[in-house]
Amino acid sequence: MSLTYEEVVAKYEPVLGLEVHVELNTNSKMFCGCSTIFGAEPNTQTCPVCLALPGALPTVNERAIESTIKIGLALNCSIAPFSRFARKNYFYPDMPKNFQISQYDEPICVNGYVDVEIETDEGPKVFRIEVERVHMEEDTGKSLHVGGATGRIHGAEYSLLDYNRAGIPLVEIVTKIVPGTGKYAPEVAKAYVAELRDILRSLGVSDVKMEQGSLRCDANVSLRLIGSDVLGTRSETKNVNSLRSVERAIRGEMIRHAERLNSGERVKQETRHFQEDTGLTRSGRSKEQAEDYRYFPEPDLVPVAPDAAWIEQLRAALPERPSIHRKRLQEQWAVPDKEMSAMINADVLDVVEATVALGADPAKARSWWLGEISRIANERDVAIKDLSISATDVAEIVALVNAGELTDKLARQVVEGVIAGEGRPSAIIAARGIKVVNDDSALMAAIERACAGQPETAQKVRDGHLPAAGALIGMVMKDTKGQADAAKVRALLLAHLGQSEG
Amino acid sequence: MIRNSASEMASKLASGEVTSVALTQAHLDQISAVDKDVHAFLHVDTEGALSQAAAVDAKRKSGEKLSRLAGVPLALKDVMTQKGIPTTCGSKILEGWRPPYDSTVVTNLKKNGIVILGKTNMDEFAMGSSTENSAYGPTHNPWDLTRIPGGSGGGSAAALAAFEAPLAIGTDTGGSIRQPAAVTGTVGVKPTYGGVSRYGLVAFSSSLDQAGPCARTVLDAALLHEAIAGYDPKDSTSINAPVPAVVVAAKAGNVKGMKIGVVKELNGDGYQKGVRTRFEESLELLAAAGAEIVEVSAPNFEYALAAYYLIAPSECSSNLARFDAMRYGLRVGDNDGASAESVMNLTREVGFGREVKRRIILGTYALSSGYYDAYYGSAQKVRTLITQDFNKAFEKADVLVSPTCPTTAFKIGEKTNDPLAMYLNDIATIPVNMAGIGGMSLPSGVAGEDGLPVGFQIMSPVMKDDRMYSVGASLEAALLSKWGAPLLSTIPALAGSK
Amino acid sequence: MTSLSRDDVAKLAGLARIEMSDEELVSLSNEFTVILDAVARVQEVAGADVVATSHPLPLRNVFRPDVVIPSLSPAEALSGAPAQEEQRFRVPQILGEE
Ligand SMILES: [Zn+2]
Repeated sequence: MSLTYEEVVAKYEPVLGLEVHVELNTNSKMFCGCSTIFGAEPNTQTCPVCLALPGALPTVNERAIESTIKIGLALNCSIAPFSRFARKNYFYPDMPKNFQISQYDEPICVNGYVDVEIETDEGPKVFRIEVERVHMEEDTGKSLHVGGATGRIHGAEYSLLDYNRAGIPLVEIVTKIVPGTGKYAPEVAKAYVAELRDILRSLGVSDVKMEQGSLRCDANVSLRLIGSDVLGTRSETKNVNSLRSVERAIRGEMIRHAERLNSGERVKQETRHFQEDTGLTRSGRSKEQAEDYRYFPEPDLVPVAPDAAWIEQLRAALPERPSIHRKRLQEQWAVPDKEMSAMINADVLDVVEATVALGADPAKARSWWLGEISRIANERDVAIKDLSISATDVAEIVALVNAGELTDKLARQVVEGVIAGEGRPSAIIAARGIKVVNDDSALMAAIERACAGQPETAQKVRDGHLPAAGALIGMVMKDTKGQADAAKVRALLLAHLGQSEG
Repeated sequence: MIRNSASEMASKLASGEVTSVALTQAHLDQISAVDKDVHAFLHVDTEGALSQAAAVDAKRKSGEKLSRLAGVPLALKDVMTQKGIPTTCGSKILEGWRPPYDSTVVTNLKKNGIVILGKTNMDEFAMGSSTENSAYGPTHNPWDLTRIPGGSGGGSAAALAAFEAPLAIGTDTGGSIRQPAAVTGTVGVKPTYGGVSRYGLVAFSSSLDQAGPCARTVLDAALLHEAIAGYDPKDSTSINAPVPAVVVAAKAGNVKGMKIGVVKELNGDGYQKGVRTRFEESLELLAAAGAEIVEVSAPNFEYALAAYYLIAPSECSSNLARFDAMRYGLRVGDNDGASAESVMNLTREVGFGREVKRRIILGTYALSSGYYDAYYGSAQKVRTLITQDFNKAFEKADVLVSPTCPTTAFKIGEKTNDPLAMYLNDIATIPVNMAGIGGMSLPSGVAGEDGLPVGFQIMSPVMKDDRMYSVGASLEAALLSKWGAPLLSTIPALAGSK
Repeated sequence: MTSLSRDDVAKLAGLARIEMSDEELVSLSNEFTVILDAVARVQEVAGADVVATSHPLPLRNVFRPDVVIPSLSPAEALSGAPAQEEQRFRVPQILGEE
C-alpha cells in the first residue's frame, strides 16, 4: 500500500532523534600523537596506541577536550564539573582495542538546545531542538572489502584494514526526542544539522565536511498516531551524508513506517542504511537483541574536571551564533534576502566579511566574490576557497578602483593575475604595466564616467565635433568638485576620444 | 662473582675489577647451566645482552659518567615490551610477537646502562600465583625444584634465587612481585601505583598493575627502583612528583622511633606455623632496633580477595579483547570462507589457557548489564572501604606489616584444580593493590617445618615508599647479623651451578 | 546462591569471543557456582552510602598538548600482522555490517 507524504502526516506524528558525529580538526589523534591528515597512505598514521599493541596506553588530547567544551557551550549545554571516559566493549575488526573509549553515564556536556527557524505555512517559525548530551569518543579504522561481487561486506572474501582514522577524535551530539514538528520534521532535521554545521564551523573545531565523513548524521524516526502519547518503535538510519539526504531519509522513513503500520505490520527496531541513489533505506543489523556493551570507567585515564575559570574563558571567547551573525550582517550591509542566500550558498559569506573588514565597500566586495571570482572558480571547477586569492587582495583591488588607479576592466586583469599566482595586486600592476602611470588617474576615471554617462556626446567628439567636448568637461569638473584643471581635463578628454586640438 | 649483590657488582664494574661483558657472560653461563632445570627464562637474548654490555664497557673506558647500575645484568618479566625481542606474556596467543617499541621501563633500563639478559617466565598474562599457568611450562623453585616459585612473576624471582641474574623486573597486580619473592627468599617491591610507568606493560588489570624491582637485597631493590621510577607523560595514571628517596632510606636502614603496625587480620588462622614464627621473630628484631610495634585493625580486608576477583577479571576481560588475530599474534582457522568472527573465536579458544578464559568469562559476567552493580560496582565500593581501613591504620603507624603469604612454596600441581585455594595465596598481598599503596617482601628466614623461605611484608602509604625501604633495610641487617650470611647462601646447590 | 548455567556460560563466551567445547562450558559453569559464591561476599558491605573507587589515585585532568609525534613506519605497524596486502592488515571477511 503506497502512501503519499500528505496522507502520512494527516494520520501520524513523527518523533525524531538525531545523533551527529563530528570529527574534530585537531592536529593529533584523541589518545595518541599520530597525525590526523585526511587521505594519507594506509597505515602511515598509526602507533602502538592506535593499533592497540599490547602495553600501549591512551593519553588525552587537551585541544579535543577544549573543542568539546566549546561545542557544549555553543549548544547551550551545562558543562559537567566531573566527567569520565568509559570503555564500550564490542568486537569489530576496524576497532583495534575491541573496545571504544567513549563516555557513558558521565558525559562532559549535558542539557542544551539549538533553535532553528524554518518557513512554514504560517510564516517563519522557530523550533527548539533539545540536546541531551555532547560526549567525546574515538573513530574507527577503515576496511576495504575485497573479492565480493558488489563490494559490500556480504560476499567479500576478505578485508583490508587501514587504521589511519582509528583514534581520530569524535564528538557525538545527541538530541532528546523531538516531538511536535509534524509535517515539517524532515525540514526541521535538515535545518538542525545545517545549524550545527554552521556553529561547528564558526567555532573552528571541525572541517564539517559531510562528504568526507567529518560530519555524520544518524536519524532516529518513529511514528505515533496523532494525539497519542505512546512512542512508536524507532528505526535508526545511518550513512546520511548530506543535508539533502537528512531530509530525504526522514521523509522516506516516515512513509515506510506508516505503510507498515497501516497494513498492520510491526516496525522493527533496527539499523538502516541510507542510499543516496534511491533515497531509500535498506535494512542493516537488527537491534532486537541489544548488544551488551559492558561499559565501565576507563581505568587508563583519569576523570575530566574542567575548572570554572577555564569554562568561563572559553565561554567569553565564543563567536556570535552564525544565524544571529548572518542577520546582523544582512542588516548592516542592507543586502536583499536573495543576495544573502546567494552568498551563503556560494560559501563566500566569511570571505566577503573579511574583505569588508579590510575596508572594502560591502556591495563591491560582494560583487567581486560572487561575480568575477565565482565565475573563474566555476570555469575551473574548483571551490572559491581553493583559489589563490584572499580577502586582502580583493580589498586592495577595491581600494585601487576607488582611488581611480584602476578601472573595473583593469581590475579584472589584476584579479586574474592574482589567481594565476603572479603575486599580490601591487606586484601584478607593476609587472604587467597595468597601472595608470600618470598622476591623473583620478581624472581619467572621471572622464571615463562622463563618457559612459553621455555616450552620444562622446561619439560626437570622436567623430570630430570638438565643441561637444564642453558638456563632457563640465561633467568631469562637477564630478571632481571643481578641483581639476579644466585645460588638462580637456587635453586628456580629447586624447581619450582620439582627437587633438586644431 | 654471580653470587654478589648488584651493588657489589656495580662497585667492581666502577673500579674496573670486572667488565660488564665478563659479568654478563658469567650470568649467561649460569643460565645455560641451570635454566634447563629452573626454567626461569622464556627467551635469552645472548647477543643483545653482550652488545649492551660491550657498549657500557666502551663508555666507561672513554671516561663517560655512568649511572650506578650501568653494566649490571637484569632479567625482564615477559610482560614488558622490549623492541624487537619476543614478548609473549606466557601466552600462546602472542607466540612470536616482537614489539616495535620499548616500554618506558625498558627505556629507563637502557638509559641507565642496565644489561637485559632476556625475558622471564610468568603465569599467562600475569594471572596466577605459581607460574604453572604459563603456556610454556612451569618455572621451578630453586629451593626445591618440585615446588612452585610463586607467581605470576615466578621466572623473575627464580632467576634471582638461582643466581641467573642479580636484578629483575616484576609486575604486581595482586602480589605477583611479593609472593614470588617470599617463596624464593628474595626481595620484591611493588611501588606506589603510578610510581613506575605502565607504558609497555601488557595490561592485566589496569587499575591494579604496577611494575617494580626484584633483587636479592633491599639496597639493590632500591637502586633498581630509582632507575625505573618517575613520571611518564605516556601513562596518564603516572604520578607527577619526585621519586621517593628510596636509596637513601635503604642505605640508612633506620627505624628508630618509627611506629610499625601489625595488621591483626593478616595473621593467625590459615597462616602456616613456621610463617608465623618467623614473622614474630622479625617483629622482635625491629623492636630491638628501636621501632615501636603497635597493633592495627583493618576489618574490611576480609573482603579484599572477593573484590579483587571481580575487579581484575572485569578489567582483564576488556584488556585482553585486543588479542583477536587481526593485527598481531596467533591466527587460527583462517580457511577459505572463514569469517573474522569465527577466526577470533577459534584463535582465542586455542590461544588462551584455562585460567585466562575463566577470568575473562567471570569479568564479562561481572560487567554485563543487570549484574554490574551487584558485582563490579560492589567491588569498587569494597575498594573504598579497604582504602579507608589503610588510611585509619596509617594514622596509628608509619608502616604496616604482615607475613607476605600464608604458606611457603607448595608443590607443583598441588592446587591447579582448585582455583579458590590458589587465590588464597594472595590474601595478604591484595589489599595493597586495592589501595594503590607500596608493598615490599623480604626474606625473614625459613619455616622450621619444611625449610622453605618465608616472606615478611611491609606496606607504606602512597608515595612514602622510602619508609618500607627503611624498615626493610633495618630488618635485613638485623637478620644478617643473626644468621651471619644471607639466606640465599643456604640454598641447595643446583646441578651445574657455578 | 548464584549460579551460571551451561547456556549462561555459552552466552558469555560468545560475548567474549571464545569458542568453547560443551565439556568446557559445563565444567566452567560448575566452577562458577563456587567462585561466584565467594566473590558475591562483596555485596555484604557495599552499602548505598559507600562511594565507588574506580581508581587508586585521585588524579584529575591529565592531558597532553595537541602536538603530532612521529608514527611507526608502515613496516613496523604491520610487522606483527598475520597477513598483509597493499600496506593494510589482511583479515578474514567481516560479516554483519555496521
Ligand atoms: Zn597513534
